[in-house]
Amino acid sequence: MDKQKKVKIQARNLSFFYEGGHQALFDNNLDIPEKEITAVIGPSGCGKSTHLRIYNRIFELYRGQRVEGEVLLDGKNILTPETDVLELRRRVGMIFQKPTPFPMSVFDNVAYPLRLHFRLSKSEIADRVEAALTGACLWDEVKDKLKKSGLALSGGQQQRLCMARTIAAEPEVLLMDEPTSAIDPVATLKIEDLVLELRKRFTIVIVTHNMQQAARISDQTAFFYKGRIIEVGPTKQIFTSPKEKKTEEYITGRFG
Amino acid sequence: MIPPTKPKYRPLFWRKAKDRAVQVFSVISLSIAVGAMLWILGTILVRGAEVLGWDFLSNPSKPYGMPDAGIANALLGTLMITGFSVLIAVPPALAAGIWLAEFGKRMPRAAAAIRFCANVLMGMPSVIVGLFVYMILVVPMRGFSGLAGAVALAILMFPVVMRTTEDMMAMVPDTLRESGLALGMTRCRVTLSIICRAARNGLVTGVLLSVARVSGETAPLLFTALFADAWPTNFFGGPTANIPVLITEYATNSPFEAMHRAGWGAALVITLLVLTVNLSARVLFREKKH
Amino acid sequence: MEICHAAGMKRPSAWSDPVFRWLCLGCAALCGLLMVGFFVQLAIASGDAWRTFGLGFFSSAEWDPVAERFGALPAIVGTLLTTAIALVIALPLAFVSALFIVDAPPWLSRLLGQAVDLLAAIPSIIYGMWGLFVLTPIMQRIMASFGIETNGFGLLTSALILTLMILPYICAVMRDVLRMTPPMLREAAFGIGCTRWETARDILMRYGIRGLLGGVFIGLGRALGETMAVLFVAGNVMRVPHALTDGCTTIAATLANNFAEADGLQRSALFALGLILLVMAFLIQLLAQYYLRMTGAKRGER
Repeated sequence: MDKQKKVKIQARNLSFFYEGGHQALFDNNLDIPEKEITAVIGPSGCGKSTHLRIYNRIFELYRGQRVEGEVLLDGKNILTPETDVLELRRRVGMIFQKPTPFPMSVFDNVAYPLRLHFRLSKSEIADRVEAALTGACLWDEVKDKLKKSGLALSGGQQQRLCMARTIAAEPEVLLMDEPTSAIDPVATLKIEDLVLELRKRFTIVIVTHNMQQAARISDQTAFFYKGRIIEVGPTKQIFTSPKEKKTEEYITGRFG
Repeated sequence: MIPPTKPKYRPLFWRKAKDRAVQVFSVISLSIAVGAMLWILGTILVRGAEVLGWDFLSNPSKPYGMPDAGIANALLGTLMITGFSVLIAVPPALAAGIWLAEFGKRMPRAAAAIRFCANVLMGMPSVIVGLFVYMILVVPMRGFSGLAGAVALAILMFPVVMRTTEDMMAMVPDTLRESGLALGMTRCRVTLSIICRAARNGLVTGVLLSVARVSGETAPLLFTALFADAWPTNFFGGPTANIPVLITEYATNSPFEAMHRAGWGAALVITLLVLTVNLSARVLFREKKH
Repeated sequence: MEICHAAGMKRPSAWSDPVFRWLCLGCAALCGLLMVGFFVQLAIASGDAWRTFGLGFFSSAEWDPVAERFGALPAIVGTLLTTAIALVIALPLAFVSALFIVDAPPWLSRLLGQAVDLLAAIPSIIYGMWGLFVLTPIMQRIMASFGIETNGFGLLTSALILTLMILPYICAVMRDVLRMTPPMLREAAFGIGCTRWETARDILMRYGIRGLLGGVFIGLGRALGETMAVLFVAGNVMRVPHALTDGCTTIAATLANNFAEADGLQRSALFALGLILLVMAFLIQLLAQYYLRMTGAKRGER
């Protein structure tokens, strides 16, 4: 990295095993710089989502999955048993492949995490909901239907609603797991603009199978292949002069 | 847009304490359910085993004070009533299930209405069925009979068998139907000889589960088969002994310890019967899946 | 096929298929026939009682076979109270049990699921017998330690037995509903930092509310019509209960208890009680089916 950026997350010797001992990640090392966008690319099934899901320990929902190594958030290992996962997930928000609005109104979708995590008055909540929806470039579209069910919005709107919900809780890091894979192209561009906007306030890690998307929005790119990190570097360098042969083959579309 | 300042966090302690409390509560709740089950089954087993023996199973019931009383007539009566109810309920229930699964799509409204009726029937109190059969059979025939009891149980079985038949037949892949029809077989033959055979284990499971469900039913029999201290020789025209009503009689209408003991024995017999049928149905179905 | 006809070969399907189809339809229609038959028969059989007592049948608490004066109030109140108490106790227990079963490791989940199914398979008369010989003496002792003299029969004991009986039913439906929730939704809830309980209360419960309500009504219907278990422990007193320890009766228990000795107007009054129970059960099943079908539709569209 050219400038001396502060590193927000450091993955150290990370290995991951599914139930039955099948190993999905091998010795991953990755530095995520603060308030930048890191794109994680690679063919499907290469472990990029798995890697991301370690950062907020959401993988623990499923039995028998095991991780080895360290993930340092601001220098502190989050994989220790002493780490409070609620606090961790408060600091590290996540946006999923498919939009997952909660079965409640648009307003409540965003207000829910606020009520959960903070002590706020009604008017403060309303202000922050508006701010979050504005921040997700959704306010103008939904300000007249705040009382309607979040499920009634279009796919792209739902995904931005989920982003508003996540940023309302004021996390430090945003993890995005292929956030546009279930969204149409026009809505995808809107979400990409939004991600660029959010870069000012959050550290962002985005998993994507879309190389153009990675090239368009990210500062740093990591290429995964079969559970290993083949190459990490500034996005421009990865896409113009990759050092590894596999990376070149992938970005030129020879496989994947 | 307000500046992204971070407000004060709600303390995690209480949220976690609540979570933990609910977890403890759910363990307690499940312990109550499972504990009650073990307690009930244990009581039945211990008290029932005291009287259970060959004599108990082979001698007929007798009024209080007479020697060598057993429950053989009631056991036989229960088997006869349940057996007849299977004969009465299963053929039309299979046909009804076949209609829902194979032809229901052509008349979706009728199918929906019938499905709805079946679901409602499944939730009807069995005592109502007893009253109904009393009106349509016991009154015209001028007397209680084992047959009336069998009809009452058949009415309880009918919707259950019908719905499981439908579900099981719906699980048979369409390719099987098409290949049968392609051979030039009639729809009727395809259904009976191919689909029913493919779904056979499932159908048997459904029948067994419904048998397990009705064979312990008591309320409808109080209004139909009633009870008699005699062998069930007049199944079609007279009160017929059966285990559930025997238990009711012995437990509630008798002050004598000996009758209570016999009641426990009968309770053990009917529980074993019901659970054996129920479990074998489950085992059969699981084998089919693999 | 036309050629076959011309050659004089008979096509069996020409007649067998429609006959088969109509035969099956006829059997299926039996369901509707039974449904209507219940209402018609009970209405006919209870005609005398309705003509004699009119709507006063609902509000009268008398049950006097000698004077031939009958009222449904004690039975109705007893039915509603036992059912309500049982439901209030069973609901939270069933919900948290279902949560636990869904979250438990597979082997434990399977074991508990089977235990719950087994509990539902035990005949109700067994519950009744156990209640009569085991639970009532215990209740008597517990009440005595509070300084209340009772024989152990009554409202509370009946409600407790009903609780045990409907718990597995409600729990089984709730377990299925909770299993239907898309995993993505759970992940999203945990992803924003919910605890397990917060996820269940705010997300899963909202998502599956219709199915959960369907489960509630299934349990309600069962408690309402349960005869034997209540008959054994209610005390069968034809009075409106005033305390939890009072003896009581329910519609179903009254029917089972009095039917054999009744004739004439009393039998007609019993049929009238049966009709009231039928209408109540029918309405509850209506609600249960409505809510459960809503979830079915949802399942189809997702």
